Amino acid sequence: MIIATGVLEAFREVFTVAALASVVAAATPLVFATIGETISERSGVINLSLEGSIMLSAMVGFAAASTTDSALIGFLAAAAIGAAIALLIAFASIELRLDQIAVGFVLTLLAIDLSDFLGNSFVGIAGPQVPAWDIPGLESIPFFGEVFFQHNISVYASYLVIMVATWFIFRTRKGLELQGIGERPEGAFSRGVPVNKMRYVYVLIGGALVGIAGAAFSLDQIAGWRDNATRNFGWIALAIVIFGGWHPVRVAMGAYLFGLLQVVALKLQPVFPDFSQVLPSVPFPLMIFALVVVYSAWFRRFGDEHPRWRNILAADPPSGIGVAFHRE
Amino acid sequence: MSLLLSDIHKRYGPVHANNGITLEVEAGTLHGLLGENGAGKSTLMKVLSGFLEADSGTITLDGEQLAMRSPKDAIGAGIGMLHQDPLVFLPLSVVDNFLMSSPGRFNINRSKGVAALKEASERFGFSFNPDAPARTLTVGERQQLEIVRLLWLGAKVLILDEPTTGISEIQRVELFKTLKQLASEGMIVIFVSHKLEEVAELCEKVTVMRQGEVVGEADLPTPAEDLVEMMFGQVVVLTDRPDVDIGAPNLVLNRVTVNDRLLTMEDLSVSVAAGEVIGLAGLAGSGQRLLLGACAGLNAAATGSLRLAGVDLTGRGYREFLEAGVHYLPAGRLEEGLVAGLTISEHLVLAGADDSFFIDWDEAKAGAQEKIDHFSIKGFHDSTAESLSGGNQQRLLLSMMEPGLQLLLMEHPTRGLDIESADWVWTQLLARRDAGTSIIFSSADLDELLRYSDRIMVFFNGRVLRTVDAATTTGEQLGYLIGGKDDQ
Amino acid sequence: MTTSTQSRMFRWSGIAVPIVLAIIVSVILLALAGTPPIEAFQLIWEGAFGNSTKIGDTMMAWVPLVLASAGLIVTFNAGLWNIGIDGQIIAGGIAASWVARELGGPTALIVTVAIIAGMVGGMLWALLAGVLKVKGKVNEIFGGLGLFFVASSVAIYLIIGPWKRAGIASTSGTDLFPEKAWLPTLSNNRLSLVAIALAVVGVGLVYVLMRGTRFGLRLKAVGRNPQSAFLLGIPTNRYMLGAFALCGALAGAGGAVQAIGFHHKLIPAISGGYGFLAILVVLLVANRAAWIAPVALFFIALSVGSTTLTLRLDVDSAIGGVVQGILVLFVVLGGGWQAWRVRRREAAEAETT
Repeated sequence: MIIATGVLEAFREVFTVAALASVVAAATPLVFATIGETISERSGVINLSLEGSIMLSAMVGFAAASTTDSALIGFLAAAAIGAAIALLIAFASIELRLDQIAVGFVLTLLAIDLSDFLGNSFVGIAGPQVPAWDIPGLESIPFFGEVFFQHNISVYASYLVIMVATWFIFRTRKGLELQGIGERPEGAFSRGVPVNKMRYVYVLIGGALVGIAGAAFSLDQIAGWRDNATRNFGWIALAIVIFGGWHPVRVAMGAYLFGLLQVVALKLQPVFPDFSQVLPSVPFPLMIFALVVVYSAWFRRFGDEHPRWRNILAADPPSGIGVAFHRE
Repeated sequence: MSLLLSDIHKRYGPVHANNGITLEVEAGTLHGLLGENGAGKSTLMKVLSGFLEADSGTITLDGEQLAMRSPKDAIGAGIGMLHQDPLVFLPLSVVDNFLMSSPGRFNINRSKGVAALKEASERFGFSFNPDAPARTLTVGERQQLEIVRLLWLGAKVLILDEPTTGISEIQRVELFKTLKQLASEGMIVIFVSHKLEEVAELCEKVTVMRQGEVVGEADLPTPAEDLVEMMFGQVVVLTDRPDVDIGAPNLVLNRVTVNDRLLTMEDLSVSVAAGEVIGLAGLAGSGQRLLLGACAGLNAAATGSLRLAGVDLTGRGYREFLEAGVHYLPAGRLEEGLVAGLTISEHLVLAGADDSFFIDWDEAKAGAQEKIDHFSIKGFHDSTAESLSGGNQQRLLLSMMEPGLQLLLMEHPTRGLDIESADWVWTQLLARRDAGTSIIFSSADLDELLRYSDRIMVFFNGRVLRTVDAATTTGEQLGYLIGGKDDQ
Repeated sequence: MTTSTQSRMFRWSGIAVPIVLAIIVSVILLALAGTPPIEAFQLIWEGAFGNSTKIGDTMMAWVPLVLASAGLIVTFNAGLWNIGIDGQIIAGGIAASWVARELGGPTALIVTVAIIAGMVGGMLWALLAGVLKVKGKVNEIFGGLGLFFVASSVAIYLIIGPWKRAGIASTSGTDLFPEKAWLPTLSNNRLSLVAIALAVVGVGLVYVLMRGTRFGLRLKAVGRNPQSAFLLGIPTNRYMLGAFALCGALAGAGGAVQAIGFHHKLIPAISGGYGFLAILVVLLVANRAAWIAPVALFFIALSVGSTTLTLRLDVDSAIGGVVQGILVLFVVLGGGWQAWRVRRREAAEAETT
């Protein structure tokens, strides 16, 4: 009985404006990362190195920003790192015909260790902040204004990324081609699309966004660098892309949902004192096991029987994902 | 306007898929490209559509030589290809499929696209639900979509690669009507097929290919025997037809319905006796593989019953079929039969009856050498499967079969083998036949079918067209049946 | 020179060139961090093998790495990416810890039961990932990762909760196990011959299994071509689950050694990251089980030795991980580059004929 009221109380606290606003802000880096990976996977390339990419670009971004005292430089540096790692994976897959997962995994561990090794001189120092900005007009909307429009530029950039990605993929010719490249590369090729060249382009874009996610962590959310600062967020980002069915809006929803779970876990800590140490890490496996539900036969049948929901619910990966394309 | 392919060469490793092909097509003609599977037709068309780059040779359209490095060049020249499995994007909507890679503004205007689709389709009497995902379209409808799209993009040359595989009769009639209309409007239409009957019905001119070369050309109509002879070469049936007593019914399929992703076969009833050899004729995708799959336990019978040696195997799993004495040898040697990366010895160990936990490698090596000698496999006990030539892979697969089988199912048992090896393989198979094994095999080689089968089942478009007695059928008649021409 | 010498040189250059490049890059990195490279490597060597205590610690760390690597050989051969192996090590560690805390009796009994418990724990945990894949169609990468997170959480829960240290709960671990639950060691050392024997037996078992048994051969077939394997009569799902089970058992044994042999308590990082490191080892040895022992030793020496760098030269111990990562990356890329050269050569030959 006490537990029940405690749980209710925790949920009430979660759905306050302040808490929801913090969810939006906290989820921003994940939004960048998941949408970047969505773009990459839509083109057919899995970038398994997210855990390492985010960590290394977070460190590099912070290092660059604090040395030059410019958050912008930090973001650019981070984007460059993310893009470079992604480029390496694309190259290894397309030119050297290596397994994307193998190369991605090695780069994950390497990047994590590099971030640790090179980042020591930046631990504990403060860096430039991302300028905050309450959007005039929108911020005064009751409830929504405070939740969404009283943040900083990084958060607003993430909104932009969601909108641009959705618009690009589903409403432009190039975006349609992107879908084709990942779904059936030989089909796209026979329509004159330079498949491999475009894969490089999209992988780079995706990688840059992943890098920006790292900077969003170290220059905004976590504000600083320490060992293993972004632990587990890369892995969860990969799972969220699958959970979100490779659709930018759904993927972003997954990121916000994850943020919500984290806040709920925090609020539940006093209710379950025995589990308080463990609760913050519960959202991670919870999110991954959401995949089981999404992929279960029951769920898919529901999607088949209700076609209008099908797009919103389960989705299959682009059929050409993970495999390098060669014309012969 | 005319299209000229001149001295096209294309190699895939040691295989000379296109060996000096020269082909000329006039505007306003329906030109057929006829040949068996593996003759090189698809490769040639992929070269023409820019998907592949020829090793040498030129392509000239309307007097202008084309630089063909990629599909983009082909599209720019107005060459469009409809693939056998239409390259549509299944999860995307019909209108998105229509619009992809079409010239236009950066932003897609879907309502304009829907209108354009409607207009382009109505020209041929097609109609589509623009928002439905392409995976809901039948193969025939996907073809229609692709044709409409290619035409809308301004194709001047339309290549159709085996377009009638997997479409209904009604759709086929519609398709032919469309193609005739296009030709009359001045398009160049190339109709690539292995189906004699259809080429004869539709086209005005035909070029026949065999084994990578052009072996003949003809203006249609022309006697079908000539076409058959060009396609298959001289069909010489050797007189040696061993007469054998056929035993009691061994495999009995009764009113079986079976299906896979592409085909459904209904109401199949087949009875095969012990020691009987059944040949399955017909070209790829006509249903032979599905029948073999049903007899192997890989495709479960939705209705009807299947009995082997008196035992009811209906609905049982593949491994129970294996235990009942069925052996299935698929056509894709490296894809479905052998395991790339494993050696000859390792394959023989896997296929062997010995189930002991530990492998005695000396024994295995000796056993492998025995089989290598006995089956004349050109390789060593430690040669990997992918390093063997196709013919030797086949020998390996045959060597992996255990003795005393009830039913032996084979897809293209002698494909890629020279005459001597093929002959030797059949000696082995006939020996098993003598011991009482029932054999069902599919083949594209008319000579082989006529020579070794007791009965031949001819498949066409997903059903058994006719079952004939091999002893009383000529190569010519068989060729007709395969092309879909059933005179009775 | 003969063609066979040529081809052997070709193959060795594929391994030697990446290794040399990796050394060069490592030296550059160390120089960038302001550390004299030679002194750094000397310290690493000393840190790993400097005296008998250190050798003992190094070898005890080597054991779980070898066991995990051996296990991964099995799953890789079955065509599976068992990225969740750290979770299986943790599960084994937890199981062994429970035995160490609860069971009474002579050391020999406790230790034996603990190790078996570790194997069972790891095996069950791996089977969970396997079932998720086979029945739930969840990619084994994410199923494994999810289970890894769960195992970590369970460990932390136990350490802070039911198994907390007397007095103050601490994330540094549980109380030390009673001494009779410790793996017997050589005097003055943490080196346990039992643990070494486990590692040797484990890797030997996998070596024999993959080379000399039908189980191993069938597993290889399943991993390389599940369709052909199925047609050959191999029950592919059962074999995949079997691979998971075996890998989990080996990983769990490693976890048991960590618990009762090295730390003598349950700590949150009971897996020591050896699962992920084992993946690197296996990628480097390219599936050749015979090479696990020496390569794992090299990796452990780097890991263990690098910790002294922080103390002496104020260089982050992560340099060990960086060198490992660079080495594996270059070797993997080098392999791809070699294949590319072969393809180019064959294409050139085809054109001339």
